[in-house]
Amino acid sequence: MIKFKNSEITPENIYKNRRNFIKKFGLAAGSVFLSQNFNVSANALSNQEDLKLTEYRYVTTYNNYYEFGTGKSDPVERSQKFKTKPWNVTIDGEVENPISLSMEEIISMFPSEERIYKLRCVEGWSMIIPWLGFPLNKLLKKASPTSKGKFVKFTSVLDPEQMIGQKFPILDWPYKEGLRVDEAMHDLTILVTGLYGKQLPNQNGAPLRLIVPWKYGFKSAKAIINIKLVEKMPVSSWMKASPREYGFYSNVNPNVDHPRWSQATERVIGEGIISPRIPTTMFNGYEDEVASLYSGMDLKKNY
Amino acid sequence: MSRYSKIIVFFISLWPIYIITYQIIFNQLGPEPVDRIINHFGEWTLIFILLTLSMTPMRKITKSLEWIKFRRMLGLFAFFYASIHMLSYVGLDYRFDFKPLINDVLKKKFIFIGFSAWLLLIPLALTSSEKMVRLLKQNWKKIHRLIYVIAIFGVLHFIWLSKTIFFKPLIFLIILIILLLFRIKITKSASKI
Repeated sequence: MIKFKNSEITPENIYKNRRNFIKKFGLAAGSVFLSQNFNVSANALSNQEDLKLTEYRYVTTYNNYYEFGTGKSDPVERSQKFKTKPWNVTIDGEVENPISLSMEEIISMFPSEERIYKLRCVEGWSMIIPWLGFPLNKLLKKASPTSKGKFVKFTSVLDPEQMIGQKFPILDWPYKEGLRVDEAMHDLTILVTGLYGKQLPNQNGAPLRLIVPWKYGFKSAKAIINIKLVEKMPVSSWMKASPREYGFYSNVNPNVDHPRWSQATERVIGEGIISPRIPTTMFNGYEDEVASLYSGMDLKKNY
Repeated sequence: MSRYSKIIVFFISLWPIYIITYQIIFNQLGPEPVDRIINHFGEWTLIFILLTLSMTPMRKITKSLEWIKFRRMLGLFAFFYASIHMLSYVGLDYRFDFKPLINDVLKKKFIFIGFSAWLLLIPLALTSSEKMVRLLKQNWKKIHRLIYVIAIFGVLHFIWLSKTIFFKPLIFLIILIILLLFRIKITKSASKI
């Protein structure tokens, strides 16, 4: 178990107090963090009355990040020396204007805003996390995708020297993920640079990761170095590992089971032994915002 | 020394209980306590099954009969931990909500095979006493050969629940294969005589 010093816990308390303060006095409009978009994401979860944030220590110590090992505590234990500077991200493929940006440029070009999203893991657990990031569409627009760009392929960094998990054939390295272009352009889809008002910890996918809140967590690639617009549906690392179990879409759906376990319910991280599982909701609670993307599609087939 | 050896092994075998008690008291079960408890007892069940299976090879290797007297106790501990494992899944995780449970057991192969392994352990536990050994005579051995099936089911249960190729289930698989190969060797050399 990793122990935290008090100094590391304090920001969370301050953070929560600030949030309470903002809530109480309705100062949301003026806040950099709580922009209008926060309301969008909060509304999306309004059917779940409490937006109780998962504790910082759980968000940052219980991770699936197989580049650092398959154990939940492997990422926090093995990623602290991972170098995230310098870091360059390229956007290319079916675009008019391929670009390469350093993390510093990305951070200065796209001001971050807070999004409180539920993260639902395909394993059957969930967390509520206050991310800091910006809509992916803002970045994509800079590169001007052409009409041939039907899908977006994300590639994470390949560095077996720093990422011990990549020395084993756990997955097809580097980690690859994909979205349909309309999913990628959706306003809920964000690129993340921080959480809990702080810089993104290495174990959570620093310096830049994706978050697609209505899909299972593994769709949200970490440590991204390339974003490519492509014509054909890309094959993700998980699809390659087990196509029957991990489809391209992987939308959260309580009615479509993983072949080996049920997806009808989930355990809320940090709630303790006594609290029961909660029902999993369609599109992880973002049905109003994203269901139209899939109208007419058989979601059992397109899992 | 050997008079106390059974008592000593008994208290050592309670190790998984000591650990979980400590973690409950000091709130160290982590972010997913229910999962932690289920996995903890699942892994210990497999360890005890493999320990039970290693007593006969140990007897052959060390040429000491000492080992065999622990075999029953270790086997019963395996059943004990398997039952806690199963009960924590049914009770803690699913709150005895049998509709999704039955669905899981029937539809999900890793749960089906795990549940089957637990069911198969029951007759072994029930016929473990000295009295039953005498009563069942030759049949006792036949019934207790089920442990090989149970061990294979148990390891498959662990492999199938993993999302990809994981390290731990593979270790269990390798040890199981070694222990089973020992049996083939033993029966072969026995049939020569």
